[in-house]
Amino acid sequence: MNKKPGSRLMMWVMIIVSVLSLALTVWALYAGSHNYFVLDPKGPIAAGQRDLIVISTILTAIVIVPVTILTFVIVWRYRDKPGRKAKYDPDFNHSTKLETIWWGIPIIVIAVLGIVTVRYTYALEPSVAIQSQKQPITIQVASMDWKWLFMYPEEGIASVNSITIPEDTPVRFELTSDAPMNSFWVPELGGQIYTMSGMAMTLYLQADHQGTFFGSGANFSGEHFAQMRFDVNAVSDEQYQTWVNKVKTESKPMSMETYQSLTVPGTADKQTFSAFPEGLFQQLVTKYLPGGLAGGKDRATHTTPSTQINEKESEEGQSDMGTNEHDGMEMNDQESTDTNTSN
Amino acid sequence: MAQAVSQHGHDHDHSHDHGHHDPQEMKLLGFWIFLITDVILFGTLFATYVVLHKNTAGGPGGAEIFEMPGVIAETFILLTSSFTSGLAVLAMNRGNVKQLISWLIVTFVLGAAFIGLEVTEFVKLIGEGHGISASAFLSAFFTLVGTHGLHVSVGLVWMLLLIIQLSRRGITDVTRGKINVISLYWHFLDAVWIFLLSVVYLLGVM
Amino acid sequence: MLEKIKDFASDFFVTGDPLIYGADVSIGLAMIAIVVGLTYFKKWGWLWRNYLTTVDHKKIGIMYILASILMLFRGGVDAIMMRTQLAFPNLEFLHPEHYNQVFTTHGVVMILFMAMPFMFGLFNIVVPLQLGARDVAYPFLNALSFWLFFLGAMLFNLSFVIGGSPDAGWLSYPPLSELQFNPGPGQNFYIWGIQISGIGSLATGINFIVTIIKMRAPGMTFMKMPMFTWSVFATCVIIIFAFPILTVTLALLFIDRFAGAHFFTLDGGGNPMMYINLIWMWGHPEVYIVILPAFGIFSEIVSVFSRKKLFGYTSMVFAMLIIAFVSFFTWAHHFFTMGSGADVNAFFALSTMLIAIPTGVKIFNWLFTMYRGRIRFDLPMLWTIGFIPCFIIGGMTGVLLSVAPADFQYHNSYFLIAHFHQVLIGGVVFGYFAGMYYWWPKMFGFKLNETLGRWAFWFWNIGFYVCFMPQYLLGLMGMTRRISTFDWDTGWGPLNVVSTMGAYLMGVAFLFQVLQIAYSIKHREVDTTGDIWDAHTLEWSIPSPAPEYNFAVVPVVDSRDPLWVEKQRRAAGKLPKNPPKPVYAPIHMPKNSSIPIIMSTFFFIAGFGFVFLWTWMAVLGLIGVAGCMIARSFQYDTDYYIPVEEIEKTEASIRGTV
Repeated sequence: MNKKPGSRLMMWVMIIVSVLSLALTVWALYAGSHNYFVLDPKGPIAAGQRDLIVISTILTAIVIVPVTILTFVIVWRYRDKPGRKAKYDPDFNHSTKLETIWWGIPIIVIAVLGIVTVRYTYALEPSVAIQSQKQPITIQVASMDWKWLFMYPEEGIASVNSITIPEDTPVRFELTSDAPMNSFWVPELGGQIYTMSGMAMTLYLQADHQGTFFGSGANFSGEHFAQMRFDVNAVSDEQYQTWVNKVKTESKPMSMETYQSLTVPGTADKQTFSAFPEGLFQQLVTKYLPGGLAGGKDRATHTTPSTQINEKESEEGQSDMGTNEHDGMEMNDQESTDTNTSN
Repeated sequence: MAQAVSQHGHDHDHSHDHGHHDPQEMKLLGFWIFLITDVILFGTLFATYVVLHKNTAGGPGGAEIFEMPGVIAETFILLTSSFTSGLAVLAMNRGNVKQLISWLIVTFVLGAAFIGLEVTEFVKLIGEGHGISASAFLSAFFTLVGTHGLHVSVGLVWMLLLIIQLSRRGITDVTRGKINVISLYWHFLDAVWIFLLSVVYLLGVM
Repeated sequence: MLEKIKDFASDFFVTGDPLIYGADVSIGLAMIAIVVGLTYFKKWGWLWRNYLTTVDHKKIGIMYILASILMLFRGGVDAIMMRTQLAFPNLEFLHPEHYNQVFTTHGVVMILFMAMPFMFGLFNIVVPLQLGARDVAYPFLNALSFWLFFLGAMLFNLSFVIGGSPDAGWLSYPPLSELQFNPGPGQNFYIWGIQISGIGSLATGINFIVTIIKMRAPGMTFMKMPMFTWSVFATCVIIIFAFPILTVTLALLFIDRFAGAHFFTLDGGGNPMMYINLIWMWGHPEVYIVILPAFGIFSEIVSVFSRKKLFGYTSMVFAMLIIAFVSFFTWAHHFFTMGSGADVNAFFALSTMLIAIPTGVKIFNWLFTMYRGRIRFDLPMLWTIGFIPCFIIGGMTGVLLSVAPADFQYHNSYFLIAHFHQVLIGGVVFGYFAGMYYWWPKMFGFKLNETLGRWAFWFWNIGFYVCFMPQYLLGLMGMTRRISTFDWDTGWGPLNVVSTMGAYLMGVAFLFQVLQIAYSIKHREVDTTGDIWDAHTLEWSIPSPAPEYNFAVVPVVDSRDPLWVEKQRRAAGKLPKNPPKPVYAPIHMPKNSSIPIIMSTFFFIAGFGFVFLWTWMAVLGLIGVAGCMIARSFQYDTDYYIPVEEIEKTEASIRGTV
């Protein structure tokens, strides 16, 4: 295009803005985190996913890079200017050969990528157990408003916003939610999975290294969603046993009342419990089924979930409807709390 | 192109000038496309019903609460009304306004009877405590059947308006188009009801 | 009594935040200014006759685009507020509650009240002109569509100052959006704002399908249709299949909230996952609804500004139809992490990748349209060239995201945010801007200032990359979307600063565009030719702006680039230099109607009633709606003829100035 007054000024402004932005970015890359969790796996699942990310990036780059270069070359070569030598052929609008080529290129690339993807999809299916000499340990996870509850059914202990796992041992996470849906994500160990009310999901992860890994809720769940972070401490087998024993002896048990207080919407600090109501996880999964914790027939009301539970109990205690269910539930509760606290 | 071809395109101009298309024919095409969207709408509702129909939350399922005699009566009434609306169109094509209006009135009465039966069924269910909020199954049931009922009711009001217009203006191009459209609509609702009958009621009681 | 009123008012109006008070005051002042201005200049009648009651597709198009630029401003302010909040760790510029509202409204406004109306605006202005038609198939319905959109959008925006905004994300997943966790009216505003404008969108879809099928100029076969019109056709087909699903989904959510039903509740046998499936069955095609017209725009512009025919027309049509079809079978890629199992994930991963093939073909065809062309870098072409690399990268990251097992690591992270902003800004927004610059002279008869436009273009482009490239990295660092703040120990701070700077640059770019429009109105570069870009298609064969009847004589078409071919023939001397005086016939036109705006207002009233669960008001509104429909049904005198003398006079006065 012809040079207009002001176009030089614009060019300089844009160059300065670009250079400044670039400088800022370089500084940010240097000053900020160097932990690209996803690309720096600490376990077999995350490693598999990282490999897949690398493979798919290379495969797509095979097309993308040449096309981008081609774009700039064509735009530059065929720009309109007086005395241009490049060929001008306004009626060149069809070529079966060329069009076959570029239907072909993406088809081939996508076919290859598709095969790779399908194989990895089955290999990395989250509910499939990780091959290992060691027996997996189980951790039950419940996302709540706005905290994470972790239960170790084999050890009988529980924790909030922090888990400790032995290294090199597969961990079988069973996940549900006692609040709006969330997503359980420890990027250094592997991809996320949703936590949903009324469902128990399974996710196998394993840490190959010791260390503290970053975990967070990845699916928006309301006001203080940003505070739903947790730590994953991967330690040696001995340290793990020591930790379990310490929790069992030094922490307080979690009663059903303690659990109810956790359901009050709000954030929470890291905590550990020497015991938890038996079958709590199952109760959370079946909470809204007839006879479940929530009383089966409750109606959504304008109250917050925590007060709602209290109200319901008093309400249904008086009403005739659902009395049977309610009684059953209460007995369950008492049984489980009793057995557990006495443990 | 525009002026260049206006010479040899001239004879086209007359046939194409008056908005160049038959407005009634265009209306009918638009209505067919609207019916496609309505099919999707009902399809989605059917899908939710199929997903939720077992989620009775400890309450009764279809077999316990559906009363087939009423449903079968509704079916016959609606099928007959579809037939009479077809007769109305035949009367229109013969140019007989009186017959056309009479058949429309018969169709209207049958449609109203259908709605009456459906409302009675709903009222009874709600009275027995099986309202829309009792379980996911009932939510899906009331919404699906109710949406069809709403469609029929809208059709009834519309039919009434057309009867008035016909009695004032007789059969013209415009009223003819309108009758064609509503009869299409009425047959469509009939077809939806057949699906409803099979998926909701027959599969429900079996 | 006074206490009661006070209580009510403090619930009813959103209070307690200086930002909101600021918004209240500015909205109030703007309204007063508009009313005073209209009254002072005695423009009420003019406004009513020429715009509010018009059924002219060109004016409706202009109103759509005006509204959408307004909404771009609102959504943009939301974006700037979010980026400001996230600029540094632990910032308290926005309370989490407000942050959640802001990202929710940002998403809804940008997709449904900015992109959609911008698109419909371009449909309206361009499609009838490209077809050689005098209007759309149903002009009355078209006006109704616009007013439904507009009042739906206003209802949604009202939530900012009355009752409180929705805060459960732009797709409002239950159970978070259910009464149990979200009792306020905000969620109802969401449902009814979208529902009302959604009816309008559906009607527009039907309208344009019929227009394209029935109103093409004689000789214009389907395979001679301009590419933009093809894209509109494909889009409208997607609309009619996708939008009813949205209507049902939102209706069910509302029945849950209003009547205590159990579609998506946790208790009573409800199934929240069904909502997520349903909303994405609409939501994914919706993405293609907004991108396909952008593809159409690029196709037009690339060929005009390369001075070539479009390369691979048949491939382009075919590719678009494949995309439209496959877009209905990819929805579950939005939740690979729901645990549906390897079979389901593999299927949806493959179907998603499939879309990359026709999309790739389109890019090749654009490149080879430029190949052996003579490329002019006017504003529309500049945006097109800016689009290509941006969309290539966005498309690539899209393919990466479709790799299901890898998506477990990208999902809900800033990697995803960066990806969809790259395709939505780089594809949709750039495309619609290109379209706006391209057809602006056709809309108003003057061009937008080139210099200011270049400033805006470069700020947009640089700002875009500065804002979103760092977000890919943030995603890989584990930063998840929708967090209202983050801690120092994450180390995400510096890249967030960069990203925020980028957002500000785009804000500056928008200001340049506003300035550009204002400046261009004042210093008009009037176009008297009607064919300012030396273009190929019918809309440029008539004066700018087009007379109300568009074509004095209906054109006859025998090629894909009718205007271009005619110009070539004339240059080659195959056609007479001065065409003979055309013979006019009276033109059949629809009359203005006040029913669309009145009926939509009743819809607004009904919606407002439903939002606050004031049944009397909802019923009142619905009765009003029914009344309007009945009134319309009894209207027989809906059109008129423009006599030949008037056409001759109009044509002479327009062409006389040539």
